[in-house]
Amino acid sequence: MSLADRTTFKRRLDDLGVTVTEGPRSACAELVDEAAGEPAVGVARAAAELPDRVETEPTTADLREAHTGVTAAELGVAAYGSVAIEADRAGTEPVSLFVDRHVVVLREADLVPDMPDAFEWLGPRARDESSDVVFATGPSATADMGGLVHGAHGPKEVHVVLLRDEEADGDAAGESGADGDAAGESGADGDAAGESGADESEATDDE
Amino acid sequence: MSSDASKADRIRELMATEGDAVAENTRGFNEGRIESTGRLDDYEELKGDAREIKEDAIGRLPELIDRVKESVEANGGTVYLADDAADANRYIAELTAEERDADRLVKSKSMTSEEIEVNEALEEEGVEVVETDLGEWVLQLADEAPSHIVAPAIHKSREGISELFAERFDLDDPPETAEELTMFARERLGELIEDADVGMTGANFIAADSGTMLLVTSEGNARKTVTATDTHVAVAGVEKLVPTVEDFAPFVELIGRSGTGQDVTSYISTLTPPVGSPVPDFRNDADPLADGSGDDRDFHLVLIDNGRMAMRDDEELKETLYCIRCSACSNACGNFQSVGGHAFGGETYSGGIATGWEAGIEGLDTAAEFNDLCTGCSRCVPACPVEIDIPWINTVVRDRINRGEVDSGQTDWLFEELVPDEEPAGLDLGTRVVGNYETVAKLGSLAAPIANRLADAGPLRALAERVTGIDRRRDLPEFASESLVDWFERRGGAAVPADDAAREAVLYPDTATNYVDVDRGKAAVRALEALGVHVRVPDLPGSGRPPLSQGMISTAKSSAEDAYAGLALHVDAGRDVVVVEPSDLAMFRSEYEKLLPASSFERLADASYDVMEYVFGLLENGGDPGALRAPAEGTGPVASGKRVAYHPHCQARTIGVGEHATAVMERLGYDVRVSETECCGMAGSFGYKTDYYELSMDVGEPLREQFGDTDRTVVASGTSCGEQLDALLGTPPMHPVELVAPRE
Repeated sequence: MSLADRTTFKRRLDDLGVTVTEGPRSACAELVDEAAGEPAVGVARAAAELPDRVETEPTTADLREAHTGVTAAELGVAAYGSVAIEADRAGTEPVSLFVDRHVVVLREADLVPDMPDAFEWLGPRARDESSDVVFATGPSATADMGGLVHGAHGPKEVHVVLLRDEEADGDAAGESGADGDAAGESGADGDAAGESGADESEATDDE
Repeated sequence: MSSDASKADRIRELMATEGDAVAENTRGFNEGRIESTGRLDDYEELKGDAREIKEDAIGRLPELIDRVKESVEANGGTVYLADDAADANRYIAELTAEERDADRLVKSKSMTSEEIEVNEALEEEGVEVVETDLGEWVLQLADEAPSHIVAPAIHKSREGISELFAERFDLDDPPETAEELTMFARERLGELIEDADVGMTGANFIAADSGTMLLVTSEGNARKTVTATDTHVAVAGVEKLVPTVEDFAPFVELIGRSGTGQDVTSYISTLTPPVGSPVPDFRNDADPLADGSGDDRDFHLVLIDNGRMAMRDDEELKETLYCIRCSACSNACGNFQSVGGHAFGGETYSGGIATGWEAGIEGLDTAAEFNDLCTGCSRCVPACPVEIDIPWINTVVRDRINRGEVDSGQTDWLFEELVPDEEPAGLDLGTRVVGNYETVAKLGSLAAPIANRLADAGPLRALAERVTGIDRRRDLPEFASESLVDWFERRGGAAVPADDAAREAVLYPDTATNYVDVDRGKAAVRALEALGVHVRVPDLPGSGRPPLSQGMISTAKSSAEDAYAGLALHVDAGRDVVVVEPSDLAMFRSEYEKLLPASSFERLADASYDVMEYVFGLLENGGDPGALRAPAEGTGPVASGKRVAYHPHCQARTIGVGEHATAVMERLGYDVRVSETECCGMAGSFGYKTDYYELSMDVGEPLREQFGDTDRTVVASGTSCGEQLDALLGTPPMHPVELVAPRE
C-alpha cells in the first residue's frame, strides 16, 4: 500500500458512488455501526470487530430480513476501486450478496495498485486453497430495463470501512516502515488510468 | 445476384422496429469503449498480452483440457467433454432431471448455452428453466432471441418491456420506469432463485492450472445462481481455457472496456468450484446459515467442442477461437448499429466475428445468411481486444460460400469479357461484375461517352438491377474519357526533373483515380510537384480490392502479385509509392500480408503512403507550405473560405492515416471539423446493391445529421465515401488533395 494507492482507491470509489469512512483498527466496530442499516447481519473475522447489533451467526431468515450485510474484503484494487470478497463456510458470499447494503471492511495494508497484482495474489490461493473470490466494483447494476439502475440482484449500495494500521495512525510517513514498497511512490502516480470521469456503468453480463 | 426481395424487406422491417434502440445503445457502447480504453496507458500492450495468451492456449488446447480435468477433479468436481450440442444436453438433462430430480434450474447469461439450446432440452425433460439475467429474462418472457451478445435485449424499449410484464403477469398497473421494472424483476427472480435446485452459468475464462472459472457480470445474478443452489453446472466452449489464473489479468482489464465501455463490470467472480459457501436453505430458514452445507456442493464443468476442435485445425477459422465475446466488433460496426443482431447474426452469435463462429459451429449455409453485412470497412479491427482480423475471416468465409455456390446454369458467356477472373464459372454475376471492377472501368473509360449515357438509361438500369443487383437509385460512377495515366503521358510526364528533386514518387493509378475521378489524381500530381517531388504515373494493374471485397481471394491474390510485380521495380529504385484511394493503400499496408510473401508485403507496405500522409511528411521535412493552396484563395463551389468538414475513410482510419489530412489542412490555415462516423455506409460496392441500398443510406444518416446543414466545404478521401456523401448531402465532396493542391 502506498499513499498514492489510497488516494486512487478513494477517488475510484467516489466515482462509483461508493461511500468510504476511515479510521484505526480499534475504531472498526464504531465505523461499522455508523455505516450499517437495520437489521444487519455480518461475518466477523475477529472478536469485537463488529458492533453487537450486527448478527454474526444469522439464520437464513435473518439473512432474508437483513438490510445490511457486513463482511471483510481480503484485498482492494486501487486502480479500479474493487474489493475482493472471499467465499467461506461462515457465509461471507451470501451475507455480501442477499442484502440491500453491503458494508465492506478493508485494511489499508491490503490495498494493491492494479489488476495484475490482484491476480498474482489470487493465483496461489486458487491453486492451493481452491479459493472463490469475487472482485466487486461498486453496487450491482443493470441497464437492461431501459436505464441504469443499481441493485439488479445484488446490493444497491456499498460502503467501505478503510482501516489504518494502528502504528501508522495519524502519520502517513510511518507507513513506509511497515510496508516495504511505500517509499517514493507517492509523488508520481503511475496510474492515471481510469481516474477521469464517472464510470458509465452499463451492465455487462456476458456469460 | 438477382435482388432477393425478402432480404431487403427483412432489413427494412428491422430498421423500422428495432433500429433506433439498437443504434442508440451500440453507439453509446462504442463511444464508451473509445473513452474507457483511452484511459489505459498500456492499452496496446494489454491487447498484445491478451492475444499472446490466447494464441498459446489454443495452440496447446488438448494439453489444457487434460490439465483442467485433473484440476477440477482434484477440487471435487466433474468435467464432461461434450462432442456436440446433443451430447452436452444429454449429460445435463440426465444430471438435472434424473440424478437430481430437479424441478427448476436457474441460469445466468451464457451464449454457449444458447448455442446448444439447453433450455429446450431441459424443458422437454420437465425441468423449468429460468433465465436470471434481466435482459435474458425479458427475452424468455417475450420468446425472442438476443439481438446482441452482451446486452441481449437492447432492441427492446422500456415501454415495450412494461407492456410485456403487464401482459405476462396480468398487471393492471404495471411498473414503468427503469427503476420500477428492475425492482419488479429483482423480486420475481429472487423468489425463483430461492427455490431453485440447480444453477447453471457459462464461463468467460477457465484457468487450467487450478480449475478456476471467471465470470464477468454486473447484476449479481450469476453469484446468486451459484450460491443459492447446491448443484452448479458450468457450460463453456473448450476455447475458454487459459493456462493459469494470472493469465486472467489482461482480459479483466479489457473485456468491459471493449464491450460496453465500463472499466470493469460490477462483479468479476473467480470461482474454483465446488464453492465453499453454505447453501442458504430458504425453505427451512430458521436454521443457521453457516451449517456446513457448503461441503455437499456438487460441480460439473461441461466443456463443449461442437466444431471448435475442427476450427482449431482450420488455419483461417482458428483465429475465431481467440474471441472473448466482448461485443466490440458489433458496436463499432455501422451496419450492426443500424440493424442489430437479428439481421447481422446467425443461429446464436451476432456481429462481425459471428461469421467465424457460425461457419465453424453451424456451417457455411448459416454464415452465408448474414456474411454480406460485413463490408470490410475494418473499423472493428482496432476495437478487438485480441486483435482478430475480423474482415479477413469474413472474406475467407465469403470465398468459401462463393465456391460452394457453383451453378453452371448461369449465362456467364454474356459477361465473360467483363469478368476475366479466377473464380468458379457459376459464381453469381453481381459478385463477379463488382469483383472485376477494374476491367469494367477500363472498358467504360474507353467508351466513356456512350457508356455513361447508356449507364443512366432507365431500361438498362432496370436490367442491370435484375442481373447484377446494382440498385437503380444509385448514380453510377461516370468514366472519364481520358485516364490519369494517358493525361500524364500527354502532358509530357514529370514537371520536376529527377535531378532537381529531393524525392521520387510513383503515384499509383488506382482504378477509381485512373478511370473515374481523374481530377484528384491530377491534383495529387500538382501537390507533389509543388513540393519538389519527381512524380511518375506508370500504367499499373489494380490492387485487387474489388475482388477481395467479394470474397474472390484467388483473383485478388493474382491481382496483388501483378501489382507488386509492377511496383517492385520502383521500390527497388528507391521511389516512394503514393496512393490516392485509401482502400487500395489499405491493401498494400494490410491485406497484402495475406496475399503476398512476407518480404514482398513488408517491402511494399514500408514504401507506400497515403497522398495526404505523404504531403504531411514532406511539410514536416521542410517542404514549403506556401507552395500549396491556403484558404484565402477560395475553396470551391459550396463555400469559400477556410471552413472544412472532413470525413476520413474507414480503412484509412484503421491503418492510421485518417488524420494526416486534418493536420495538413490545419497547417495551411483551414478550420477542420472531422466526422465522428466510423464508416459512411457505402463501403466500396456494398451500398450499390439493391438488397442493401436502404441500409447503406441509414448507416450514412449520422453523417447527414452532422454535415447536412453545414456551410463548410466537404472533403472526403474515398471514392465510395464521395458517392455516398453526394447522395446524402446533394453535393459531391472533393478529395483533400484537391483542396490543398495549387490550381492548374
